[in-house]
Amino acid sequence: MDLNLTPEELQFRDELRAWLAANVPPPFPGATSEEEKGEYFNFLRAWQRKVFDAGWTGISWPKEYGGRGAKLIEQAIFSEEWARAEAPPLINVLGMSLIGPTIIAVGTPEQKNRYLQKILSCEEIWCQGFSEPNAGSDVAGLATKATVDGDDFIVNGQKIWTSLAHVADWCLLLVRTDPNVPKHKGITALLVDMHSPGVDVRPLKQMNGDASFNEVFFDNVRVPAANVLGEINKGWQTAITTLMNERAHLGTGTYVAFKRNYDQLIAHARQMKRNGKPVSKDPVIRQKLAQAFMELEIFRLTNTRALSKMQNQHIPGPEGSILKIQWSEYNQRFQQIAMETLGPVAQLHGFDGGKWIYDFLRTRANTIEAGTSEIQRNIVAERVLGLPKSY
Amino acid sequence: MNFDLTKAQKLLQQSARDFFSRECKPERVRELMASETAFDAELWQAMADQGFTGLTIPEEYGGLGLSLVDLIAVTEEMGRACLPGPFISTLWAASLIERAGNEGQRKQYLEPIAAGEMKATVALLEETGEWNADAVMLAATKDGKEYRLRGTKHYVSDAAVADVIIVVARENTDLVLLPVERSAAGVKITETPGIDATRKLYAVEFDNVAVAESSALAFTTKTKEALEAATDVATVALCAEMLGGMVWTLETTVEYAKTRLQFGKPIGIYQAVQHQCADMFNFSESARSATYFAAWAVAENDPAAKLAVSVAKGYASDAAREVGNRGVQLHGGIGFTWEHNIQLFYKRAKSSEILFGDANYHREKIAEKVVDESEG
Repeated sequence: MDLNLTPEELQFRDELRAWLAANVPPPFPGATSEEEKGEYFNFLRAWQRKVFDAGWTGISWPKEYGGRGAKLIEQAIFSEEWARAEAPPLINVLGMSLIGPTIIAVGTPEQKNRYLQKILSCEEIWCQGFSEPNAGSDVAGLATKATVDGDDFIVNGQKIWTSLAHVADWCLLLVRTDPNVPKHKGITALLVDMHSPGVDVRPLKQMNGDASFNEVFFDNVRVPAANVLGEINKGWQTAITTLMNERAHLGTGTYVAFKRNYDQLIAHARQMKRNGKPVSKDPVIRQKLAQAFMELEIFRLTNTRALSKMQNQHIPGPEGSILKIQWSEYNQRFQQIAMETLGPVAQLHGFDGGKWIYDFLRTRANTIEAGTSEIQRNIVAERVLGLPKSY
Repeated sequence: MNFDLTKAQKLLQQSARDFFSRECKPERVRELMASETAFDAELWQAMADQGFTGLTIPEEYGGLGLSLVDLIAVTEEMGRACLPGPFISTLWAASLIERAGNEGQRKQYLEPIAAGEMKATVALLEETGEWNADAVMLAATKDGKEYRLRGTKHYVSDAAVADVIIVVARENTDLVLLPVERSAAGVKITETPGIDATRKLYAVEFDNVAVAESSALAFTTKTKEALEAATDVATVALCAEMLGGMVWTLETTVEYAKTRLQFGKPIGIYQAVQHQCADMFNFSESARSATYFAAWAVAENDPAAKLAVSVAKGYASDAAREVGNRGVQLHGGIGFTWEHNIQLFYKRAKSSEILFGDANYHREKIAEKVVDESEG
């Protein structure tokens, strides 16, 4: 075990640190109105373009597709530096964390050339069309169907909980291409142009008032056969690649946001007064803040450990399920601790632009999205511990 | 960067696993539990022959000169076997002697410790049970060329088998570290039987015990730093030992869930059981991440070392207990019996939770570094 950075890694870190010091924009003021949210979106899109132009997106992606060709461990260094510099997030997160790695793993050379670089540059934003009204945890039970018509597929059906669909240019869509075989064997993964005729996106308003995910309806949408990702009727294997990447990679990005939230809370705790002294001196609050730090730190370390392992084995393992449980449940506990630390003011929309109630409510989705905590525990039990399948 | 044990470390770990599964079976643990001191001289000598007693002791004193990361690969296996006896106590004392002793003292103590000929422990806690060295009150009074020790130390692990006890005492405002032989005149050792009979605790009374001034380990203001640094080493080694106990409990429970039938099916098919097993895995792997990092940080003198140690021990303290709770629960009635070996690991987890400070203690230490100051 050696956690010292190699000269190469050190150079990477120093270069990135210097670039961030010179280029991180001032924080975007809280966006509450629809107009402000639109502005924030444009701000993030422009930011990612800038990051891409400087060569800092797709750290571990091959160079030929616009990536940096670096090791996975540099991806971890990247996250830590990003957090340290308080740099804005990269908006095309699904493309970079899930869909891009899947295209790299199973795509044709033409697909790699066509799509990958535009993911990194944020020219094309991606969403992931997996869940349906009747296919949530049981994704393989999906009903959206695609039938062959000449050189095209014709897609009909509905997806739901589709994050970023309202701004997406492309969708990695799972469809049923053979209804007469066991459910896992009749699925195909398609790359679908979201601007195609027949695609209808309807935002869903969430409990925190935001509308970042959507219902997507497909009404006779024409998709060229060349847009099959992987093989026809072998879409489940493609989907598993995506889901493993989802569990393994989302963690790296979430750490950046979590660390920033944590530091922000500590700054408040030092400043706010309760019982005549700073909240940070309250012995009960101190215990809770320390517990949160411990869990956040362990998430960072486990994530780095998983990346280190992946670097040797090249494919994310089911251990990613641990990371998904760790970050989602940590974030729920953290947001509760934040509410307790901040006191009554935390519930107000006028405090920090409503950030704390927004985040507090948003975390309820953390243990549902990207595979529920229950499904993740099933995966750990079956695939890591070898217990019998329960369903 | 490589955040995993190296090939050599994995080999060392495997040989330790083979050794302890052969030499320290649960039946032997039970015999030692029931014995007076839980010490097995033959086993200790065999451990010394393997190099375990001198693993991190510098080569010039007969040790292997390996790092703390190598050591935790071995202490994890000690935990998996619930090894009784004074390994952690001796490691704590040796680390202290290495940091605070002069050349002669290092030679005097580290050589026989590495060879397996000497066991040692540290007497730190007093009646209040505080791990913070500032709480030490036991008086060392200067009397010519010697100190006189008066008072009682509590919760001293393995005192009855330690050939030397390093006493943390106070001379006016200064801390002093005084090696006292177990057999010295005025030393009275009384067992205070506790939850974990594999690592026995003692009250050690010092009735005007004379210690030559020249044998004191350190005279400088660095005494507290040396004590804290040595405690960090022992704490991380203990975290890995706790991890080994968690892994044993998880593996044993999963095996039971695969074979125990109810309603005609192995209970491991039910999600209520599966999810508790998944939580046990999460607890143990999280503790592993924190322990590995702490071992590396301490070995490298990284500025983050102290924080990393508190994260590791704070987390492991709660996790080891939580893993034990689930392990006993999933075993059902048999898990609550004296007959089942899970009791050995459950009790060890509890005594280890307390040793070197529990989660509350370490969370406060974390708060001092993270909540009070800005991070460095």
